[in-house]
Amino acid sequence: MSAAESPKKDAFKERLVQRQARGRLWSRLFFASNAFALLTLILLALTIINGAFGYVAVQFRVDPDTLSDRPLETLSEAELGDVLVANAAGRMRVIIRDNFSQVPNDVFTTTPLPAALNVFIPTAWQTLTINELNEEQLLSIITNNLSQEQMYDVVLNNIVQPNVVASWQFFYSLFNRAAIEAEMASEYPAAELIFRSWVTPRFISSPLATEAADTGLRTALLGTLWVIAICVLFSFPLGVGAAIYLEEYADDSFINRLIETNIRNLAGVPSIIYGLLGLTVFVRFLVTITSGQFVGVQSDTGRTILSAGLTLGLLILPVIIINAQEAIRAVPYSIREASYGLGATKWQTTWRQVLPAALPGILTGFILALSRAIGETAPLIVIGGASFISFDPSGPFSRFTVVPLQIYNWTKVPDIEFRNVAAAAIIVLMSLLLIMNSAAIILRNRFSKKLAG
Amino acid sequence: MAITGETTIHLNNVSVYYSNKLAVKDVTLPIRKQKITAFIGPSGCGKSTVLRCLNRMNDLVQGARVDGEIIYRDQNLYARNVDPVEVRRRIGMVFQKPNPFPKSIYDNVAYGPRLLGVTRKNQLDEIVERSLRGAALWDEVAGDLKKSGLALSGGQQQRLCIARSIAVEPDVILMDEPCSALDPIATQRIEQLMREELKDYTIVIVTHNMQQAQRASDYTAFYSIRKEAESGGVERRWGVLVEFAETEKLFNSPESGETADYIAGRFG
Ligand SMILES: Nc1ncnc2c1ncn2[C@@H]1O[C@H](COP(=O)(O)OP(=O)(O)OP(=O)(O)O)[C@@H](O)[C@H]1O
Ligand SMILES: [Mg+2]
Repeated sequence: MSAAESPKKDAFKERLVQRQARGRLWSRLFFASNAFALLTLILLALTIINGAFGYVAVQFRVDPDTLSDRPLETLSEAELGDVLVANAAGRMRVIIRDNFSQVPNDVFTTTPLPAALNVFIPTAWQTLTINELNEEQLLSIITNNLSQEQMYDVVLNNIVQPNVVASWQFFYSLFNRAAIEAEMASEYPAAELIFRSWVTPRFISSPLATEAADTGLRTALLGTLWVIAICVLFSFPLGVGAAIYLEEYADDSFINRLIETNIRNLAGVPSIIYGLLGLTVFVRFLVTITSGQFVGVQSDTGRTILSAGLTLGLLILPVIIINAQEAIRAVPYSIREASYGLGATKWQTTWRQVLPAALPGILTGFILALSRAIGETAPLIVIGGASFISFDPSGPFSRFTVVPLQIYNWTKVPDIEFRNVAAAAIIVLMSLLLIMNSAAIILRNRFSKKLAG
Repeated sequence: MAITGETTIHLNNVSVYYSNKLAVKDVTLPIRKQKITAFIGPSGCGKSTVLRCLNRMNDLVQGARVDGEIIYRDQNLYARNVDPVEVRRRIGMVFQKPNPFPKSIYDNVAYGPRLLGVTRKNQLDEIVERSLRGAALWDEVAGDLKKSGLALSGGQQQRLCIARSIAVEPDVILMDEPCSALDPIATQRIEQLMREELKDYTIVIVTHNMQQAQRASDYTAFYSIRKEAESGGVERRWGVLVEFAETEKLFNSPESGETADYIAGRFG
């Protein structure tokens, strides 16, 4: 090495150190942004967990421990029946009416049993009314027609009557047990402290109720499933079809470019505006269709599941189209060439080569768009997702509520327990999204594997 | 050009334009039946362009236009009543880069027959075996037809593409530099294939490899580039057919000095 060379070498070394340092700085910045995202996610999860679990103070009208020497839920139907007779004999007619009546309440006691009830009535009682039965006969109607679980609910609601009088959030419950106990002793001396998970199978399967402890998500969950089903049926074929047309068939004309630009812009339109569009078009203008009149449904409101599904479908259509276009464009041109070279028509090439190869990408994009639709609230408020609906949707022409809407409504209730209910509903909603996304990933991997061999 | 033999395709004053830009001018050329014709020439002289006119693959390029006649079975391929789909079924193509479908070996080969409506399993099985044997690939893949075509080596992939194209029983196979992505042994394999299994097909092959043209082909067409200065210092270039002859004659006693220079490696 000559002397003239070495200063140059040093300069290179110095610059190299500088270059490497710059690279490290950037990689740290990128890491930091990831860490920030992760932190936000953790915070979100903690907030939800904080609401969905924690101590509650439950006050019983009758302490369940005094009813039987075994826990109530382990008793048989007959044993529960005994508990019922012993503690609430006078309520049995009401219980029968609430569970089996098929006539208006004011004529219930005067109607013969076979007409009044929707259950099997022994021939000997055919002409009797409810008031003419004795205790034993009343009990037999109840125990013969209710399952053990239903019997347990009846006992719980009619005798025990648990009532959540106070609730504490998860982290407070975890770290301030002493304070909670002190509060219990001074404010609710008769209540029992129970650690409660607000997400339970019962919560998912129960209809809406006025008490936080009894209310459930079933109505809203069914509403969401219906709306999403309609949304999928409407937006998937339409979106993929449009993408195929734009990528494979449309030439580079001014009109087609205008359409594409518009679709791109539509993807950014606020969702509330789609709500207004849905209100005008589906709820008002197409009311004969969306209310179901055209198939003979007796209804004059367009504020139905069908309108909601179509509106959400419109909302995510641009995103579906854009994603599907990207996926179709990513299919190598050589595959199309090979197909044409064998004498395939354009349609055969698209259907047998391009679409299967693009399907994993199309599905991924579609599920992402659908996840957005599931979480949408604003447009459905405009469409008129009803705030308090306690009956399950029965079809596309039902009125409806959906999970995010229900969450929104629960957070507005002044009763503090409903915040726990809302948190529980969020967990259910997130689980639904998680299941859908995993399904998408599994589906995509299966297709990709099939393609790559 | 005193050339004898039956002609499958005849090009008559064929000129090709891309978006009104002349790419190849006035090519007149016979493609001999059941013979191998090689296209050679410097890069950009229009070999691929002419080749892709023979089965109307250029229709897929927006703005491509073909003048002149390409006569196949007494029919101008560019006549209005001719469906390019029909043309491509009879005149198949193998591309420069092996491009098997992302499907199993079996489905790759069965694709063409299925397009034509063959659905019976045993008929397809028979076509697949015959085609794979025809492309000298059967012995290597017979046990594993369910394997993805993409899992094969480059040379095997290219033979799969050949099997795929002969599955629809074309008259003519067009090959655009089919060996340029392959190693010498795989190349040799394909050349042998062309001489033996594919000897009943009419083959047109584009190649940059002089030895390959000499070894494998019966006739050779040499293309070159013509230039013309336009106003503003822009140069206009287009391809022309310089010489067409039996391969042996073209390489040993070329008529044109340009041909002689090119095959001697003095330009291009
Ligand atoms: N799709 C296309 N659009 C526009 N011009 C094209 C297109 N394909 C080819 N050309 C032009 O036509 C001329 C001939 O190209 P071609 O690909 O036929 O040459 P080639 O002889 O096959 O070259 P190479 O040996 O490099 O493959 C070139 O000038 C090229 O730029
Ligand atoms: Mg080429």
